[in-house]
Amino acid sequence: MLDETLTEQIKGIREKKYSSFELTEFLLDRIKDKTELNCFISINDNILEEAKAADKELERGSDKPLLGIPIAHKDIFCERETKTTAGSQMLENFVAPYDATVVSNLKRAGAISLGKTNMDEFAMGSSNETSFFGPVKNPWDETRVPGGSSGGSAAAVSARLCSAATGTDTGGSIRQPASFCGITGLKPTYGRVSRWGMIAYASSLDQAGPMALTAEDCAIMLKEMSGHDKKDSTSAQVEVDDYRALLSRPLGKLKIGIFEPLMKELDSATSLVMEKTIEELEKIGMTFTEIDLPNFSYAIPAYYVIAPAECSANLSRYDGVRFGYRCDEPSDLKELYQRSRTEGLGKEVKNRIMAGTFALTSGYYDAFYKKAQQVRRLIKNDFVEAFKKVDVIIAPATPSTAFRLGEKAGDPKEMYLQDVYTTSSNLAGLPALSMPAGFVNNLPVGVQLIGNYFDEAQILAIAHQFQSITDWHLTSPDIPT
Amino acid sequence: MTDSQWETVIGLEIHVQLSTKSKIFSDASTVFGGEPNEQANEIDLGLPGTLPVVNAEIFPKAIAFGLSVGAEIATTSHFDRKNYFYPDLPKGYQITQMDEPIVKNGCIDIELNNGATRTIRINRAHLEEDAGKSLHDAFPNMTGVDLNRAGIPLLEIVSEPDIRTADEAEKYAKSIHQLVTYLSISDGNMAEGSFRCDANVSVRREGEKELGTRTEIKNINSFKFLKYAINHEVKRQINLIESGQKVTQETRLYDSTKNETRPMRSKETATDYRYFPEPDLLPISLDQNYIDQIKKTLPELPLEKMNRYAKEHGLEEGDAKFLSNDLELAQFYESCYELNRDSKQIVNWLKGEMFNRLSNVEITIKDSPVSPNQLCDLIRRTSDGTISITTAKKIFGKLWEGKSFSVDKVITDEDLAQLSDGRQLDDLIDEAFQNNPKQIEQIKKGKTKVLGYFIGLIMKQTSGKANPKQLNDLIVKKISSLK
Repeated sequence: MLDETLTEQIKGIREKKYSSFELTEFLLDRIKDKTELNCFISINDNILEEAKAADKELERGSDKPLLGIPIAHKDIFCERETKTTAGSQMLENFVAPYDATVVSNLKRAGAISLGKTNMDEFAMGSSNETSFFGPVKNPWDETRVPGGSSGGSAAAVSARLCSAATGTDTGGSIRQPASFCGITGLKPTYGRVSRWGMIAYASSLDQAGPMALTAEDCAIMLKEMSGHDKKDSTSAQVEVDDYRALLSRPLGKLKIGIFEPLMKELDSATSLVMEKTIEELEKIGMTFTEIDLPNFSYAIPAYYVIAPAECSANLSRYDGVRFGYRCDEPSDLKELYQRSRTEGLGKEVKNRIMAGTFALTSGYYDAFYKKAQQVRRLIKNDFVEAFKKVDVIIAPATPSTAFRLGEKAGDPKEMYLQDVYTTSSNLAGLPALSMPAGFVNNLPVGVQLIGNYFDEAQILAIAHQFQSITDWHLTSPDIPT
Repeated sequence: MTDSQWETVIGLEIHVQLSTKSKIFSDASTVFGGEPNEQANEIDLGLPGTLPVVNAEIFPKAIAFGLSVGAEIATTSHFDRKNYFYPDLPKGYQITQMDEPIVKNGCIDIELNNGATRTIRINRAHLEEDAGKSLHDAFPNMTGVDLNRAGIPLLEIVSEPDIRTADEAEKYAKSIHQLVTYLSISDGNMAEGSFRCDANVSVRREGEKELGTRTEIKNINSFKFLKYAINHEVKRQINLIESGQKVTQETRLYDSTKNETRPMRSKETATDYRYFPEPDLLPISLDQNYIDQIKKTLPELPLEKMNRYAKEHGLEEGDAKFLSNDLELAQFYESCYELNRDSKQIVNWLKGEMFNRLSNVEITIKDSPVSPNQLCDLIRRTSDGTISITTAKKIFGKLWEGKSFSVDKVITDEDLAQLSDGRQLDDLIDEAFQNNPKQIEQIKKGKTKVLGYFIGLIMKQTSGKANPKQLNDLIVKKISSLK
């Protein structure tokens, strides 16, 4: 059971190789064995009951696609009657009276929830070190970070604590940890997956997506997670493809765009991984063309204006008045606000609230927020132009392999550069995935595929066909190469 | 120095609660008066992960208002976030419209006391959510927060500073109130806060071009207080300037119990609202056909109604205006007119009995205990001579008190019908003539006063039920045949 993918687990349960109950017990034991990784903030106490119920449902002939599959949710998705913390002391005891649409969609598909995974506080971070609940450790090297902000989900899948987990990606928070942990992670097109019940960081950039071992598993998860939701006005009314059915279709000679300047920045070992990936992709019929993304280098500065600006408003509700952390014995209203927020929110979150507040202040608005939005439009236009020439764009996922815990924690600028290859697709709203493509010094390296709007099927199919001739995605940290 | 040397400049911001079943961004109920926080769901509470979804009911209402004041309707507009901290503002920002309001550049005419009209320009009207209420007196040493009002849809109507007197301000506010109730986009209930005014007031010496420093007066919830508050504020500002001091730009609260304004917060130290486009909502895109469709279905406005009543119902202008001034009255009148085309009679009843009684009670005509049906029955029974006007008024009184439901039943049960049988009246007259030869002689001599004697006599005999007009006519006829 240890190294089974989601696809294999679905088969295993359906063909009665094992029950959902047995699988769940196995995973719970494994989670206990791996507590030092700190992947989970909470475990669902009721999951064995739910697994039993799923087994009964299977007996009755239910054909729910994920029936009885234990998955994990990033602790940013509200789940009814369950604590949802967003990795923050502010929400340490917050229990939502509703399910996030992602949660209810997966429940409807039959999945059961193992628990809630650790994350950077309010999804702000690239190393999982900003979590109030302590850092997550990378299963490949426990002295290293798993990436962030969906670090708990990435590490849990990588350590085989579950075969699939949900994540969110605002500037790279699915793809960077997927790359660091050697798994496959997809950030869908903005609007593909409903944001209802997903605690907001930066509303115009946040997007939920699947994290799993394989592209095929991501395809299965994405189909169940996606779809229009009338509770989220920004969710798209675009039909959901049967991603899994489209994985093995003949792709023909697809054109993949390369933006050369990105390749030049890579160190020689990572560069080699990239070259080998391109060779493998050529084997499955891909051709490569150079493209130009003239405003690519402005993505990080634009992102670090827009995301904090939106977060500064999104996090105003954490004021100690209605829910969440409240300071002891405030002397007046102002102190209630100030101390509840000072004490209840972490340093990185406060940094971003301050930066965002500044960017929106009258007198600075035009120079910062407005300018950043203009840059965002230019970046989007660059991609639209590029996709007139190519079908998919290839890019590195991260500038390095997983770094050591504490290595960058004191240097926000260094940390922000982790997102250098990922933020542009959030700004443009494009789908992008990271797939395992090799190792450097025994640490996994991911390669990123960026697709056109709502064409998740295309990048998933390329990744799947790549994975059918490589086995990076099946390498487990328990048996390092 | 006298007031005539000063000019007052006033602009009004009117918050109108749009009458929708559910809130602007959630499906919680908007009904007034629920227990605190019973009508606030997870969206109104601003719980983490919740998202606003626009209630589409608000658009036709805002558009109808815009079209009625000849404004431009923006085919594309959007919502913004206005950021500030307050316990009754759950998200820490209000969703409103800043730089792209749905309605721009309209105007409305107001009638001045001397009969002339003045045009007040409307700069904009934008959509936004209301905040909750802080309850400072509910708990000792604590403040309660009631979020039932949070998320009620508002249309904020902002005038240009075209208003010059408190009287004009009152007239403008009343015109807007009349318009929004006519359009049925708001119940306009001021006591429940459905219609609230903020006044921006400044003064300058007559002939000066520059505007003076303005103050904003908030918390005005009646037309009367609007006038008081402005007059008070104008005096305060003139006194300040005349005594060599300066007016400070600030927000002031009107205290109706003391009839004074006092500072609330200074704008100079006020928060920067850090507006930016609301990323949780898509831009609003309105199709011109949709706008045109709403234009076609706009209800008749007061002036149009007045003209129709005058032209088609043959009413005098004064009566037509009396009816069209108030939508509920006009609607009541029209229900009557459907049943009975005697428009003049209807107006007379409404102006007379109906208004006399309404002026003594809290209810409006919509809730009048006398229905259009009953009123028309009364009119029918007086016109066909069944009852006299005096009797009709008595029956109106009974209906008003809810003692009876059918006019005809009251007439039968209480035997109130007039004696209008010609032959019976003839017999009574003949009998009276026979029994009073002396009076007949006088008539023959030309003493017409005696006519009254016979009417009185027969009225007494019939306990007042003889149809007076018929009786009069018959006696006159009989007398002339005597000659």
